[in-house]
Amino acid sequence: MSAKPIIAGRGPWQLAFERLRNDRTAIACAVTLVATVLVAIAAPLLALVTGHSPIEQFSEAGLSPTGIPVGPGSTFWLGADGLGRDVLVRIAYGTRVSLLVGVVASTLAVIIGAAVGITAGWFGGAIDNFLSRFMDGVLSLPFLVLALALAALVGPSLGVSIFLIVFFSWASIGRVIRAQTRSIRDREYVQAARALGAGNLRVMLVELLPVVSPTIIVYATLLIPSAIAFEATLSFLGLGVPPPTPTWGNMLADAMAYYKVAWWLLLFPGAALLTVTYTFNVLGDSLRDALDPRHDQTIRSTGGDDE
Amino acid sequence: MTFFLLRRIAWGALVVWAVATLVFIVYFAVPRDVARLIAGRQASDETVAVVNARLGLDQPILVQYGRFLGRLAHGDLGESFVTQESVNSIVARDAPVSFSLALGGALLWLSMGIGAGVVAATRPRSRIDRAITATALFFYSMPSFLIGQLLLFFLFFQLYLAGYELFPPGSYVAFSESPLQWARFLILPWFALALVTGAAYARLTRGAMLDALGEDYIRTARAKGVSERRVIVQHALRSSLTPIVTQFGIDLGTLMGGAIVTEVVFGLPGLGREVVQAIAKQDLPVIIGVTILSSALIVSANVVVDMIHALLDPRVRS
Repeated sequence: MSAKPIIAGRGPWQLAFERLRNDRTAIACAVTLVATVLVAIAAPLLALVTGHSPIEQFSEAGLSPTGIPVGPGSTFWLGADGLGRDVLVRIAYGTRVSLLVGVVASTLAVIIGAAVGITAGWFGGAIDNFLSRFMDGVLSLPFLVLALALAALVGPSLGVSIFLIVFFSWASIGRVIRAQTRSIRDREYVQAARALGAGNLRVMLVELLPVVSPTIIVYATLLIPSAIAFEATLSFLGLGVPPPTPTWGNMLADAMAYYKVAWWLLLFPGAALLTVTYTFNVLGDSLRDALDPRHDQTIRSTGGDDE
Repeated sequence: MTFFLLRRIAWGALVVWAVATLVFIVYFAVPRDVARLIAGRQASDETVAVVNARLGLDQPILVQYGRFLGRLAHGDLGESFVTQESVNSIVARDAPVSFSLALGGALLWLSMGIGAGVVAATRPRSRIDRAITATALFFYSMPSFLIGQLLLFFLFFQLYLAGYELFPPGSYVAFSESPLQWARFLILPWFALALVTGAAYARLTRGAMLDALGEDYIRTARAKGVSERRVIVQHALRSSLTPIVTQFGIDLGTLMGGAIVTEVVFGLPGLGREVVQAIAKQDLPVIIGVTILSSALIVSANVVVDMIHALLDPRVRS
C-alpha cells in the first residue's frame, strides 16, 4: 500500500554479510572452498575418467621396471605413487576425508565448547569453578602424545580421529565462550528476561547464545583447518585413517620414502593440504573482521597521532 | 603470594596425577596380553606366566596401581618392556636432543614472531603489514610435518643435488662434542619449528600490539613527546607481552616433551621420536613415562607463567 521505507533497519548479520560481500578475499576463499567440495564430490567421476580407482595398484603402467613410480603424464596426470596408484585420484578421495573430519570435528567441538562455556559463564559459582578447572586440565594435556597413544590402543580409524580431535579442541573454545558469557550475564536485558520469568535454559538459549554466536562461527571456521591438520598429522604418523583409504596425511607419509625420486608425491598432496587449510584460515579472519566491527576500528584508530 | 603459588603447584600436581591415572587406566585396565606380546607368539603358556609374574601383571589391578604410583612418587618411570632399559635412562639420553631442538627453535620463533608482529602492528594496513599477515597465515596453516618435508626437499635435497651438503638430516651431534656440527644438524629442524610456531606469535603480537597502541596512555605518551621508538618498545610492547608469555609457557612445556613430528621427519633421536617408536612396539612403560613427563613439563611451565603474571599484575593474585 505505502511506498517502501527509504531507510531499512539492518540486523548485525545483514551488516556482516554485506561486509563479506564486498571483501574480495572472502569471496575468493568461498570460491576455492566450493571448488574443493566439488572435487570431493566428483572424486568417483575422476576415477571413472582416468580409469584408476584410488586403491588399485598399476604395477606395470605406474612403476618403471626398477620399481620407481612414473611421473606426471598422460596416463597418470599427477604421477603414480610407490605402489603404482594414481596420485590425482587419491588426492581427490583424500579431500573427502579431510573435509569430513574438518567439518564434523569442528562442529562437534564447537557445540560442546559453547554448551560448556555458556553453562559455566551463566551459572558461575561452583559449577563455573569445576568446569573451568576441567577445561584448564584438558588444555594442559600433552595432546599429541596422548592422541597417538590412545589411537594406537583402540586401533586407528576415522571415528577415533574425529573423537580425539574433538576431545582436545573443545576446551579452548569453551574458555572463550565462558569469558564472553560472564561479561554479558549481568546486562539489563538478561535481568529483564529473568524478571519475566525465563528459566535458566531459556536465558542461555534465547538471551546469551545469540550474543556469543559470532564468536562461535569464527571459531568453528578457524577450527576446521586445525582439525584437518590434526587429522593429517595422525595419518602421517600412521595413526589416523588406516590404509588403503587415501588421506593427504598418509600420502605424505608415503612420500617420505620417495621424495628423492618422486617429487610429485610430496608437492601435490602438500599443495592440496595447504590450499585448504590456508583458505579456511583466511576465511576465518575475514569472518572475524565482518562480524566484529570493533576489530576494524582498532586498526584505523592507530593510524597516527590524530583524533 | 606464597599461598597463591602453593595453590597453583597443588593444582599442577593434581593434573599430573590425573594424567598418570588416565594413562594407567587406559593401558593396564584394558585387558590385553602384554606378556604374550613380549614373550612372542610362539611362547608357551609357562613362559607367558613367568613374564606376567616378573612384570607384576598377575597382581590385582589396585595393587598394580599402588605400585605404579609409588614408583612414580620416587621418580622411577619403570623399565621398557622391549629392551629392559630403565625409562629414566632412556629419558636422560633423549632429553638433551629435545631440549636443544626446543631451545633453538624457541629463540628463533620468538625473534621472528615478535619482530614481524611489531613491524606489522606499527604500520597497520600498509603493504608490509599485509605481506607479513599473509605470510604468517601461510606458515600458520602449514602442519609442521609438511614444512619439515618441504625444508628437507628444498634445502637439503635440492642443494645436495647441486653439490652442497649444507644441512644434512637424520643425525644429532652433542653440543659438547662439536657446537658447529650440533647447530648444522639442528638448523633445519629449528626452522621447521620456528616458522610454524613463529607465525602464531606474529599474529598474537600484532593483535596485542594493535590493541595496546589504541589505548589512551599511548596517546598520552606521544603527546608528552616520547620518541616513537620508545612508545613502541617500552609502552606498547611491554603491555603486549602478557599473552605472549602465556603462550610461550605452554608451547615450551609441550616442546620439552619432544617436538614429535619434527623429530620424526628429521630423524632426531629425541623424546618425541622415542614415544612414536614405543607406540609402534606397544612399549607401554616408555609411552607412559614420556606422557607423564611431558604433562609434568607443561604443568610446570604453566606454574612459572602464572608466577610471572602474578609478579606483573597484582590483580591475578586475589
